Amino acid sequence: MARFIPVKAHIKEQPQTFERFKALWTPTQLVLDTDGTERHRIEGFLPVEDFLAQLEQGLARLAFEHKDYEQAEQAFRGVCERRPRAGVAAEACYWAGVSAYKATNAPDPLRATAKLLRERYPESEWTRKASVWAK
Amino acid sequence: METKARETAMIEWLRDADEGLARARATGKPVLLDFSAAPM
Repeated sequence: MARFIPVKAHIKEQPQTFERFKALWTPTQLVLDTDGTERHRIEGFLPVEDFLAQLEQGLARLAFEHKDYEQAEQAFRGVCERRPRAGVAAEACYWAGVSAYKATNAPDPLRATAKLLRERYPESEWTRKASVWAK
Repeated sequence: METKARETAMIEWLRDADEGLARARATGKPVLLDFSAAPM
């Protein structure tokens, strides 16, 4: 949590904040950039490991949006490798590959990502998305 | 549960999104905005 500025809005006390940020359900968490731009949204309860993975995914997404692809790859890779059972893990692996590609313009990371996803998460939609890289 | 509650209590949550964004600009950290309906 030290990596965020934590703000809490309660539906009874701050309904206007719910409306402003289009929070449709609770719990919802948003990762906002310093200018208030939404970078990541988590909707619904998650167990701790999944929730922590989502927070890390939000930070990774932030780095990607800032075009800091090396930092983004490191952060996505962290979720992919250290939290392989989290619901967001396959997506994190996918984006780690994309980040590596964006950092280097070399296609190898995409092929490696497709292979990794096929082996670890054969049923994931992220594996199907990456299947186009497997040629 | 007691441990979780204690950890949650240690987080100093702001209650104003604009104050949070001002701090975000000052520190360069992103905001984590938590929308809740749980008893406070």
